[in-house]
Amino acid sequence: MSITALGPYEFKSRDAVENYKGKQLMYVNWEKHRMFSRPFVIAVEPSLKFSELIEKFVTPAYEFHPDFAQIDWSKVVWQNSNTPFTPQLDKSLAENGVGHKDLIRFTTPGLDGLNGIGY
Amino acid sequence: MDMKVAKKLGLKERYTMMTRDLAWDTTYQPMDKVFPQVTYEGIKIHDWDKWEDPFRLTMDAYWKYQAEKERKLYAILDAFNQNNGHLSVTDARYINVLKLFLGSTPPLELMAGRGFSMVGRQMVGAGPRVACMMQAVDEYRHCQTQIHSISNYNKFYSGLSEFAHQQSRMWYLADGKSFFDDAITAGPFEFMVAIGFAFEYVLTNILFVPFISGAAYNGDMAAMTVGFSAQSDEARHMTLGLECIKFMLEQDPDNLPIVQRWIDKWTWRGTRKLASVGMMMDYMLPKRIMSFKEAWEIYFEENGGALFKDLARYGVTVPKCFPQTIEEKEHITHQSWIGFYMKPDAMSFHTWSPSPEELDWLSEKYPNTFDKYYRPVYEHWAKMEKAGKRFNNKTQPMNCQVCVTTVKYNEPGDPMTTCFRESIYKGEKYHFCSDHCKEIFEHEPEKYIQTFITSHQVLQGKCEPEGVDTDAPDFKPGSHMMEYWRLDPDVQGDFNGSLDQKNFAAWRELATKN
Repeated sequence: MSITALGPYEFKSRDAVENYKGKQLMYVNWEKHRMFSRPFVIAVEPSLKFSELIEKFVTPAYEFHPDFAQIDWSKVVWQNSNTPFTPQLDKSLAENGVGHKDLIRFTTPGLDGLNGIGY
Repeated sequence: MDMKVAKKLGLKERYTMMTRDLAWDTTYQPMDKVFPQVTYEGIKIHDWDKWEDPFRLTMDAYWKYQAEKERKLYAILDAFNQNNGHLSVTDARYINVLKLFLGSTPPLELMAGRGFSMVGRQMVGAGPRVACMMQAVDEYRHCQTQIHSISNYNKFYSGLSEFAHQQSRMWYLADGKSFFDDAITAGPFEFMVAIGFAFEYVLTNILFVPFISGAAYNGDMAAMTVGFSAQSDEARHMTLGLECIKFMLEQDPDNLPIVQRWIDKWTWRGTRKLASVGMMMDYMLPKRIMSFKEAWEIYFEENGGALFKDLARYGVTVPKCFPQTIEEKEHITHQSWIGFYMKPDAMSFHTWSPSPEELDWLSEKYPNTFDKYYRPVYEHWAKMEKAGKRFNNKTQPMNCQVCVTTVKYNEPGDPMTTCFRESIYKGEKYHFCSDHCKEIFEHEPEKYIQTFITSHQVLQGKCEPEGVDTDAPDFKPGSHMMEYWRLDPDVQGDFNGSLDQKNFAAWRELATKN
């Protein structure tokens, strides 16, 4: 559907990628760890290596949780929104197909939050 | 000579002369050019005179009633302030309810006032125009009395002074701002459904029960009186909203699908907005009135359900979100408090861990969900707090493109999984908290691609205090948030150990002992 308006109605997206000076937005969510309430958002260069994403952003965001220290990173299941993918850790976000405003979700098998209740 | 005494006008004649007789049709310009807004939304009106005015209130009578209300209100406010009434509330934690509710509401009342002023100008019929004008004045009054009510607390407690500055900047105030911005940028009929019907009629009770009764229950005479004074206007507002719905539906059968879509949209947007009000009921009032779940059952499911049964004769069905709200009433307040507790440095009110007694109350009120999902979180956090590691999530949130709340609600039917929805428009991805928000977006993507999402704007370098060079090579977006928000350092951190807590205890001691 299209908007009903009194006159011409054309505006740019407020979050278009060109507003981020060479960076892109991305969201990260640790599935079944809802103690963190919601995913976090960052603006990063598409050349950022996936391993750096884990080290510089994912770890400080989530290490508060008692499950975090127990993560076996070789078993983590990754999704870009609902599509599973296997990231190459030494490759960049762009090379791993992660684009502007993508939502990266990761599941840690066997670790489902406090008492296994998703938090 | 005989004096000819004019007969005193009856109420009905007087009303006609003071409202409908004051209107006229334009002749220098055609009516449709003077009133273009009433047709473009697709609503067909054939006879504006069919608008019924349930109150038949004229402007002179309106001033008289309102002046009387104001006199009573300010007499009580003055007495409360002169007697240090703030020390008679149940607990200093209660003041955080005022920081959240009265800190966020006056600017929204102001927007409602602006909206009704606009709609009063845009509508053709004299009946709705007069009613909108009175409601606009009511809303401005509510804004003003609420500000007066917080001003006394502002002398003693932190976090209240910058509410106007924070309204368009603070992340958690964005949902209310977005709600009213969306309504006021719609056409006049959609605005009436959004504010007059969905907000005032379907959802206001949920707002007033926790606020007024909560204030009364916790010894806050000032806020209680402001609430009662405003609520006496609400009856008129609710009737205006309902009258507008009936009027549209009676005028033309083609109006039904448009009105139904607005009812679906605005009931959902209102429901999302009320999650933080529910959190106030369940977590923030030291003395609780009823749980949010109970309030939802009485005021939304029962009363709202009866209203929609009544509207069924016009072909209106219950809002599409109805079943989802029933499922969510078990969860949303807990999910909200979790989201707020974890940001102690980024809000104008304090949060805290519920006490063991409070956890038991929540277990009793939420037997299906609390012990299973939420108690373990609070117990874990309390343990961490004792160990000196109070949770502080320093990351920036992901928000819904439509309702702008953080994406924190669960997948329907699965409380362990966060609900994500997305849509691609002109090659760009947009994220939502729910099916309902996604549907609202897809109906008018041109509007919602402009949404102001605070965390995104921070990352673009647009949320900086004056004087910060955003082009400097070492510029780091978001490193001056406290100055940008004008956040009082005293309101940061947990309630336990706060200046409010210490002052309240010390002042109460002075008031009751030598």
